[in-house]
Formats: sequence, C-alpha cells, structure tokens
Amino acid sequence: MTRNSKFSMGKLMIQLLCVLIGIVSLYPLVWMVASSFKESSQVFVSAHSLIPRSWDFSNYTTGWRGFAGITFGTFFKNTIIIVCSVVTGTVVSCSLIAYGFARIPFRLKGFWFGTVMLTLLLPGQIVQIPQYIIFHKLGWVNTFLPLIVPAFFGSAFFIFLLLQFIRTIPYELDEAAKIDGCSRFGIFARVIMPLITPALVTAAIFEFYWSWDNFFGALIYLGKPQLYTISVALRLFADPSSGTDWSAMFAMATLSLIPPILIFFVFQRYIVEGISTTGLKG
Amino acid sequence: MKQKIGKAGGLENGAGYLFILPWIIGFIAFTAIPFVALFYFSFTNYDLLSTPKWIGLDNFIRMFTTDEKFFTSLKVTFFYVLTAIPLRLIFALFIAMLLNMKIKFVGVYRTAFYVPSIIGGSVAVAVMWGQLFGLNGAVNGIIGAVTGTPPNVSWIANPDTALWTLILMAVWQFGSPMIIFLAGLKNIPESYYEAAVVDGANAFHRFVKITLPLLTPVILFNLVMQIIGGFMTFTQGLIITAGGPLDRTLFYQLYVYRQGFEFLDMGYAAALSCFLLLIVAVLTALVFKSSSSWVHYESKG
Repeated sequence: MTRNSKFSMGKLMIQLLCVLIGIVSLYPLVWMVASSFKESSQVFVSAHSLIPRSWDFSNYTTGWRGFAGITFGTFFKNTIIIVCSVVTGTVVSCSLIAYGFARIPFRLKGFWFGTVMLTLLLPGQIVQIPQYIIFHKLGWVNTFLPLIVPAFFGSAFFIFLLLQFIRTIPYELDEAAKIDGCSRFGIFARVIMPLITPALVTAAIFEFYWSWDNFFGALIYLGKPQLYTISVALRLFADPSSGTDWSAMFAMATLSLIPPILIFFVFQRYIVEGISTTGLKG
Repeated sequence: MKQKIGKAGGLENGAGYLFILPWIIGFIAFTAIPFVALFYFSFTNYDLLSTPKWIGLDNFIRMFTTDEKFFTSLKVTFFYVLTAIPLRLIFALFIAMLLNMKIKFVGVYRTAFYVPSIIGGSVAVAVMWGQLFGLNGAVNGIIGAVTGTPPNVSWIANPDTALWTLILMAVWQFGSPMIIFLAGLKNIPESYYEAAVVDGANAFHRFVKITLPLLTPVILFNLVMQIIGGFMTFTQGLIITAGGPLDRTLFYQLYVYRQGFEFLDMGYAAALSCFLLLIVAVLTALVFKSSSSWVHYESKG
C-alpha cells in the first residue's frame, strides 16, 4: 500500500511539474493576447494580470489603421503573396530535384549532390551581403522578387527531406509504371508525388513558418511602407521613439500569430513527425 | 566512373539534368556566385553606389586592430552561444525525458511546450518579450506581487541583465530540440531499461549508462544545428534591445547588418561575414572531429 501511494505521489509531482512548465511556456503568449484587449493606459498598470479590467476591442481597429496611411490589410496581403509564392516554389522545385537525385542515374550526380549537402551546412546568412549587392544590381530591391524567386530553385533542406522520403518507396513501383508506358515525368507525377504527400505537407508547413517569420529579408529588401510585410510593419509600429500604442501593437501582433498557430493545430501530426525525423528547426 | 546504373540500363543524363536543372541554376546564381563575390567584396571598399575599390587586406586589418565593436560583438555572440545553447539543450533533454514517461495529458503538454518555438522567430514574439521584461512589464509585476515591491529595474535596459533576458528567451524556445530528443528517446528499446532494472541499476545509472550513450547521435545533431543557429542570432538583438545597452547585446550578425545596411560599408560587412564563416566552419569541424570520441553509434543490422 505504501509503495502504491508513493508511486502515485511521484505521478502527481510529474503532473504538477508539467503544468508549471506549461504555464511558463504559455504565459507570455496569453499575456500578449490579454494585453491586446486592455485599454492602452492599463497595459502596464498591474501588468502581470491576465484579465483586462474592461475588454477594449478598439485596439484592433486602431491597430489595423497601421501607419503612413497604409493599413495592416496591405501588410497582411503582402505577407500572404510572398508566403504563398515561396511555399509553391519550394514544393514544386524541391520535389522535382529530389526525384532527380533519388531515382535517375546521370553523370556527375555525386558532385551535384555534394553541392546540396554543402549548402545544407552553410548558413544562408553568410552570403547575404553579396546576394543583396547582386539583387541591387538587378534592380530587384524594393520588389518581392529577392524574397520569392530563390524559392523556385530548390532549398537544400527540403531536397534532402524529400529525397530521404522517396528512398523509402520501393523501386518496383517505378519499374511497373515504366512497363505500363509511363515516361520519367509520368512516374514522378503519378507514382511518386501522391506517395510523398505527407513529406510535401511537412516541407510546405515549415517553409510557411520560415517565410512568415522572415524578418531579415523583408527588412533589407522592402524599403517602402506599401511593400512591408507584417514583420517589418510590427517592428516600425513598435518604434520606441514614436510613443507606441502598446495595446494596438499587441492586437496586431496577436493577429500576426493566428495563421501560424492555426496551422500548427491543424497539421500538428505532420509538424511533430517532420521535426523528429528530420530535425528541422522551428 | 562509378555511377549506379539504372535497371533499364545506362545513364539517363538528359532526364536527370532536366529534373535537377532548377538546383543547378539556383546553386550557381544564389550560392556559388554570391560566395565568390563575398571574398571579392571583402577586399574592397564599396558603398553600393560608386564602383568597388580594391584595398587588399585593409578590412581585415581594421577588424583586428582598430575595431573594438568587432571584438565586442564576438564576445557577446560567443557568450550567448556558450550559455544559451547548452542551457536550451539540457532543458530540452530534461523535458523530453519527462514527456517520454507514461503520464496523462502527454499530448497536451507536448503541444503547450512546443508552441513558443513554432512562433519563436517572429517579430511579434520579440516585441512581446521586450515588454514582458521592461520596467513596467509583467515580470516585474509578478515579482512585485510575490515580494510586495516590484523591482525598479528594466531587465532589457540594464547592461548586466539585457543579454540574460535574451538567453532566457532562447531557453524558453526549447521546443524543436525537445521534439528531436523525444524521437531519439522513443527509439531506445524498453528492454534495455528492463534488463538494467533487473541488474539493480538505479535511475541515475540507467540515465548515464543507457539513455545518454544511445542519445549521443541526436545530441550531436542538435548541437551542430543549434551552434550554427546561435551564431546567426539577429532578430532578438535588433527588436528587443537594439544591440544595447552599451553594446551588451550587439550580436555579430547585428553588427554585420549595421555595417552593411546602415553605414553602407558593404566591403567591411563582407569581410565580417568571411570571418564568421571561418568561425562557424572551425567550430562545426571541431564538434564533428570530437564526436568520434563521444558519439556512440549502434551497429545496425
């Protein structure tokens, strides 16, 4: 009996510990959402309270007005255009490239695959300066092009992810399709693509996260307010020198987190599996 | 030529190159050419408007002889990587072990713990963090509620605590390494532990003799990814503390950004990036080299 009660005491302690860590994990976010409903004057009075004294929804309309005559509608639209293009580009190009590496024998394959592995370990930020200079010379600065176009040429991480996935598909399926008269592209489109859908979804979700959060790229390439993404807009919105309306700021920050969090809850399985099998960093 | 020949016989150069063509173009245009350009620009003085002027090693000499901020940013970044990364990994491993136990609501906890990481890189979270740790922020509010008097300090504006608030934020976002650890833990056969229990091993022994050794490949992976990521820290430093106070949070990448995009000193920024490349390459090589002595690979088969 004593053994048994000690046992459940241990379980209770673990539950308590988990709840505690959960509170620490979520408190900042709940606090931000709560602050977005507080009157501006109340945000930093009894700041730790999570329940607004009176619910003030006007922060959302105030915040939405944005700045320089440009509403958050524009910033959201810009972000969505960029993110959708990047995700499409990544999924299309990376699946083609991964298939090429996984299934087709060709000359110098080892060399080209080596370049994929090399860029996997090379942090992209290292070449940001020369990349900027090149895009500047091309006249692409202050357009979405530097943020979108590279996605259509593959990214090492997702190529590797999809490649690993394709390798688990039995080669006999390709053979059978070939005998049935399928071309290389036919095999890719009709046999492989449907089978790697889970991996494609994982890649799409992570690319969504990275481009939704992409702050540095937007910061250096988008210099005009009408081109700003939410990240850059939020940053300027929170400019300490201009006496920020913090509740409005938190309202817009809350809105900006809704799409990523929504996606997380819808695709949780893919995200957790994707990260644990490939080690993508979120 | 040691190529794997397809069962249909022979190389299919045309089809192969057609499929990987996007990669070849992208690699040359967005990686190889910028990479070569990086070295070229690092030997020049270039303000983006006039033509680059070749100045030999001047940028590198400037870095090591006259530029104190260069050393400051190196120090800040190394301190951050050496504290935040081990803390985050230890915390992630601890929590992964917690979640690996058979407890109720495990799915709920996993989700709750992981959410901060999923949105971690966003400006919204950085802004929020700055306000939490401000003079009138919620953290001081909580301390005040517990002790009676809120401390009269802004954690992000105080030179002694600013970097620590960013380290705390990094630890708070322990979710991604946690999930990877969790996957690694699930791969360890239950029977190993059962056998150890029969042999009378206590929890500590089981952790040191079974869990840690079998987890070393995952630890290596997490370590390499987190070190590389740690050296690229930027958003937090710009949004939360703007590199201050007294340059105590002047991350290396933030300094590169300032030189390049605020002072338009592209040549110098390129030289700084070159040096960062060297640091990351050496550290990664060191970790991989040392790994042969501590990473335990189970022979599969």
